[in-house]
Amino acid sequence: MDKLVAQYSRPPHQNEMYSEQEQQDLTASVPPLSLKFSLPPVDNRSAFLRAMTDDHSNPSCPIKLAHGTTTLAFRFQGGIIVCTDSRATAGNWIASQTVKKVIPVSRLSRGEDKKTNEPTPGLLGTMAGGAADCQYWLRYLSQQCTLHEIRHKRRITVAAASKILANLTYAYKGYGLSMGTMLAGMTPQEGPALYYIDSDGTRLPGNLFCVGSGQTFAYGVLDAEYKYELTEEEALNLGRRAILAAMHRDAYSGGFINLYHVKEEGWVHHGFDDMNPIFWDTKLQKGEFSNVTSAL
Amino acid sequence: MYGVLERLGLRRSKLQLFFGRKKSAKRRLTQQVADLTGAPGVKLTARPSSLNHYSHSSSLIIYLLVFLFSISCNATCKEVLLGIAGKDFVILAASKAAMRGPTVLKAEDDKTRQLNKHTLMAFSGESGDTVQFAEYIQANAALYSMRNDTELSPSAVANFVRGELARSLRSRSPYTVNLLLGGIDPVTEKPHLYWVDYLASLAPLPYAAHGYAQYYCLSILDKHHHPDCSLEEGLALLTLCTDELKRRLPIDYKGMLVKVVTKDGVREIPVDNDKVVRSA
Repeated sequence: MDKLVAQYSRPPHQNEMYSEQEQQDLTASVPPLSLKFSLPPVDNRSAFLRAMTDDHSNPSCPIKLAHGTTTLAFRFQGGIIVCTDSRATAGNWIASQTVKKVIPVSRLSRGEDKKTNEPTPGLLGTMAGGAADCQYWLRYLSQQCTLHEIRHKRRITVAAASKILANLTYAYKGYGLSMGTMLAGMTPQEGPALYYIDSDGTRLPGNLFCVGSGQTFAYGVLDAEYKYELTEEEALNLGRRAILAAMHRDAYSGGFINLYHVKEEGWVHHGFDDMNPIFWDTKLQKGEFSNVTSAL
Repeated sequence: MYGVLERLGLRRSKLQLFFGRKKSAKRRLTQQVADLTGAPGVKLTARPSSLNHYSHSSSLIIYLLVFLFSISCNATCKEVLLGIAGKDFVILAASKAAMRGPTVLKAEDDKTRQLNKHTLMAFSGESGDTVQFAEYIQANAALYSMRNDTELSPSAVANFVRGELARSLRSRSPYTVNLLLGGIDPVTEKPHLYWVDYLASLAPLPYAAHGYAQYYCLSILDKHHHPDCSLEEGLALLTLCTDELKRRLPIDYKGMLVKVVTKDGVREIPVDNDKVVRSA
């Protein structure tokens, strides 16, 4: 009987994406943009910025942006897993190994407000691309989400929040923003929702995204074993293992594994752990990474 | 004749000894080499020498720059080469599309050459260079076994290939070829897999890839490969990799040609390339 039921029922939200109409309804109350920045007094600003920052074509450019990351997020039956590395690089230079690339969005859930093991309500954003751009605009988004909460006496939907960010990046398209972010959250209206937003103005809802220079390595591990019916423990381990794979193979990813689980009640943090002991555990206990020699 | 064979790294004194002693053997060798290369008579030249002409040193520098840039982002990366070594076998898989610019010229291309009974080489890179280099190596491996009545071990072949690539790299027109070499040592019956790139790096590895496939498949192989795996497990692992490529690579590489080397020699494994892979 159980088998029969399992055959004809599927977990809630598995193949549900949000229709255009639904997204319209959810984003109807988004505030207009009114941001004033001073811009460099040159004719072609984006070309100027590119000339100053593009170290691929000009290795001696004066500004080296912090780039290179691996971040991933995927929906599954028990919510959303969000996992990142913690390395920040500027050119070949490792600028930091302890970056927090998962940023809680909306005031009531800001990490520093309270320390607790209880789930914290609110959205999570991930950071890939320029560190400054991501931090600044996710903080801005956080402010907008808080205002939305105060105005409407209820939490903003992920659809609406992602639309604020996407409209913003689209408005600044060509000005040289550099960000690839994922917004994850669970609201009563939407269930588990995951959006990808980048500085081109792309906004995509989906089940599974990896962003950053290590994305392909993470996709490799993730795609091979991903299914919507994953248990919570399997999902957490898969997320952690996918990031480890990317940190191992991608020179611009590394440091600590930062793991989050978004549930109905809010998000839970599952550790900020050094990759090194985890790597050697994986190698020596499970016999993976057989191309790495442990003998001297 | 001597000049030609000398280019292949053979010593003149040895050749004279060889050719002086046995006239019939010489004719036999000529014929066999011709059979191998598919060319009439002995033509073991590395490449047509008329192409190796540069009038100015400045053009060489420009050429080198263009050459270095072209390597990072042309059709080479889109070709898929995968190699997996297991308990008593090596699997080599190569994409079947022969591409040039935006066109697929051929959908059933074989990017492998058998070097001797127990060694197989898969190659990708600059069109023209690839087959030319592979057959040059193939002919020389055959030449060696005929002259010495012994078969080269995979490690010997690999080091020979490496040497030839390194030599060509320092010439005016280097071969732009990336290789995977798989073989079973006929004495120890142990599998060997070598990764060689166009800069003549040689690395013995338990699993290897070239091109964009590296980015997607190495993390999968890191996780799922173990050195004692059986052929069935090895092929399952290969399927994991090709499925991922079908899912995420935005190009159609027309499926994979899969060959396996065991102690009994080289054979092709039929694979289902029409399987539809669903994305998450």
